Amino acid sequence: MRELREFEKTIDPRLALLDKRMKNIRRVIAVASGKGGVGKTLISSTLALVLAEEGCDVGLLDLDFHGPSCHIVLGLSKPIVIEDKGVLPINVHGLKFMSLYNFAGDSGLPLRGEDLSNLMVELFAITLWGHLDYLIIDMPPGTGDELLDLMRLIPKVHVLVVTTPSVLSLMTVKRLIYLLKNQRANVLGIVENMSFDNDIVMRLARDLGITYLGKIPYDKGVEKCLGRPNVLLKTKFAMYIRKLTESIGNLKIERDG
Amino acid sequence: MHEWALAEAVVETIKKIMLDKKVKAVKRVEIRVGELQNIDLKVFEFALSELLKGASLVNVQIEFRKGKATFKCRRCQHEWKLRDIELREEELEAVHFMPELIHAFMSCPKCGSCDFDIVEGRGVWIERIEGI
Repeated sequence: MRELREFEKTIDPRLALLDKRMKNIRRVIAVASGKGGVGKTLISSTLALVLAEEGCDVGLLDLDFHGPSCHIVLGLSKPIVIEDKGVLPINVHGLKFMSLYNFAGDSGLPLRGEDLSNLMVELFAITLWGHLDYLIIDMPPGTGDELLDLMRLIPKVHVLVVTTPSVLSLMTVKRLIYLLKNQRANVLGIVENMSFDNDIVMRLARDLGITYLGKIPYDKGVEKCLGRPNVLLKTKFAMYIRKLTESIGNLKIERDG
Repeated sequence: MHEWALAEAVVETIKKIMLDKKVKAVKRVEIRVGELQNIDLKVFEFALSELLKGASLVNVQIEFRKGKATFKCRRCQHEWKLRDIELREEELEAVHFMPELIHAFMSCPKCGSCDFDIVEGRGVWIERIEGI
């Protein structure tokens, strides 16, 4: 008899499960940004809703552990956990949704590095997504633990970068793109949100060698649609997101049958 | 029932290690179960035996070691155990799924800070695997 463990520490069994959990998910798209407040949550939630409306099997995962808010866009009013041989995402408006909100509601959550990593591994290990055409992930802003862990744990992720044309956002986007390239991440391209009449983001994309996926003008009507996905899907904002799905051509999935 | 997912993780790990290390048969596995996750050992054990059978892994002796959950405050350095505090049922349920959610429901019993570390006893870990 020989001992097979050749590790300094104990083994975290959850890691062996991640590939299996991701196997039936055809595309994983993380919506990321350098700074907060550029519209990631609205873009990721609406993108998920639009793809589901087109008939795709879509999951939406809120990985913004410190400030989850996709549930607000979707109009969830209380936490719900559905257990099976793991935990099931909840069905909301034609998509499957998972967030820490489902477990802890709006409780504040002070978390540091290792706890963040553990939470992410646990979420990916126990969530039973089943078959998905797309898993859309709403990321927290910046280049912290969540983004680093996502690239480490789920190598097939594609990153959709969001920025506004503000210089404050653009400077941090450069840092983000640098990190993504350094980690050899798949960068889907950059989306310009709350656009002005200039081409500064387009030029930045060209300089950084990444695809410019289009612009979304500021739509002040969107705020009133939060919590009402049906109404949100009728806004100009949603129309621009539909255009965006057309520009993500290389990630489009041919529907089965 | 989410014990099944954790059992699945253990079995997947055993399969992976057998493949990586060219092992014919795993004989004994030692699993440490952290108190914080509060898993139902009977369900976990049943799920493990079913999943091992399903993977054609027979005669594997599974041993459990329970680990007490301990915490340390980053503000005042005070250390405490899970039994020192009280949680409501729905809080225990959330922590059962995601042990780190304890940060949403507990503070240091001495200074009241919610900035603390989970020192040990969070969830399920494999301590030792033996085979031939």
